[in-house]
Amino acid sequence: MSKIQIKNVTKRYGDVTALDHVSFSFKSGKIYGFLGRNGAGKSTLINIIANRIFPDEGAVFIDGLPARENMDVHEKIFCMSEADLYDTGMKVRDHFKWTGRFYDSFDVEKAFRIAEEFGLDTGKRFKALSKGYQSIFKLTIALALNVPYVIFDEPVLGLDANHREMFYSLLLKEFEENERTLIIATHLIEEVANIIEEVVLIDNGRVLLQESTEELLETGYCVSGFAKDVDAYCLGKNVIGTDELGSLKLAYICGEKTEIPQGSSLQITAMNLQKLFVKLTGKAVDGNAVAGNAVAEKGDMKL
Amino acid sequence: MNINPNSEKPIFIQIAEQLEDSIFTGVFPEETKIPSTNEISALFNINPHTVLKGMNILVDEEIIYKKRGLGMFVKEGAVGKIRQKRQGQFYEQYIASMIEEASKLHMTKEEVIALVERGYDNE
Repeated sequence: MSKIQIKNVTKRYGDVTALDHVSFSFKSGKIYGFLGRNGAGKSTLINIIANRIFPDEGAVFIDGLPARENMDVHEKIFCMSEADLYDTGMKVRDHFKWTGRFYDSFDVEKAFRIAEEFGLDTGKRFKALSKGYQSIFKLTIALALNVPYVIFDEPVLGLDANHREMFYSLLLKEFEENERTLIIATHLIEEVANIIEEVVLIDNGRVLLQESTEELLETGYCVSGFAKDVDAYCLGKNVIGTDELGSLKLAYICGEKTEIPQGSSLQITAMNLQKLFVKLTGKAVDGNAVAGNAVAEKGDMKL
Repeated sequence: MNINPNSEKPIFIQIAEQLEDSIFTGVFPEETKIPSTNEISALFNINPHTVLKGMNILVDEEIIYKKRGLGMFVKEGAVGKIRQKRQGQFYEQYIASMIEEASKLHMTKEEVIALVERGYDNE
């Protein structure tokens, strides 16, 4: 029963359906990448899981317990959100103290240690921190909280490259020392590609796919060569996008690889997670409407 | 060690290959400890489960073994084992692809053999 179970969750804002009967689970002991384009419904779902807003239909269960207004799940889950919900006039060190009052599992000493590593001045008020350090402050609290489920919504917003690397290292160290479920919602896909074990991709309020990162990367590939050879190769395959460069054609495919015919011009190359993401969710901006919709129709398809 | 996220090779296989190479070249001698999953994971920002999966390939091949509570160690005879394995793969990995490329370039068998001999002469 150790999981976050999202059961048939629907959320509407007026005419807009932000989440449309979404059902899936975040299992315990994994690092998840929760991906989706702007407006896909990520933050809405995160806010529902974190009991900040309520669904119109369906429910969320954490280790079998309903997440809605339930003090029993309070010590199980924490959400570091993109929105700043902190008292901006309070000093960082006082925030640490108060977080300790609200959460039994908050390790104040660890928070100060992480703050020092990042060079976060704990004597400063929240509003006096730069954008990057505001993110670092929120990350520090999330990393020092020893709860079984931690959600990071855009954790590295405004962080420089050094601090981002530091955050990923700390996150992995935390995970190694104390295995739990970490869910990372981010647009910087390539940065987390090797960190996340499983991907949940949400698009237009629906789960487009849930798959292990490794399998996903293995099933997605790019074939290039003369247009007619590429077209012949693609027959009967799940093509999620194409590009053309003069007489050279590139097709992005999800699914089983078949042997390249002997002596053909075709070349198969790997597709990284970001490319795969762009091609799978790109129908709103590029011309691959047919392929894109075919994927969406299948709902939470198994690739 | 260098992990290439854009390679067609899955990350766990890259980890196994790189560790194997480091053992073969003597960076990690036999009966010494290799870095922990923790260290590799933090250095390259890779999920520890992926690192462990790569290490387990080497455990299955009896190149490394786990000392309870201490970590992973290079097995005695590992270098010989790797050499044997690589000799076995030599034809597949180098000779077959060389012949394929040579035939694409319309080179004869004699020309290729002459080049191999030249390579040895230059050594």
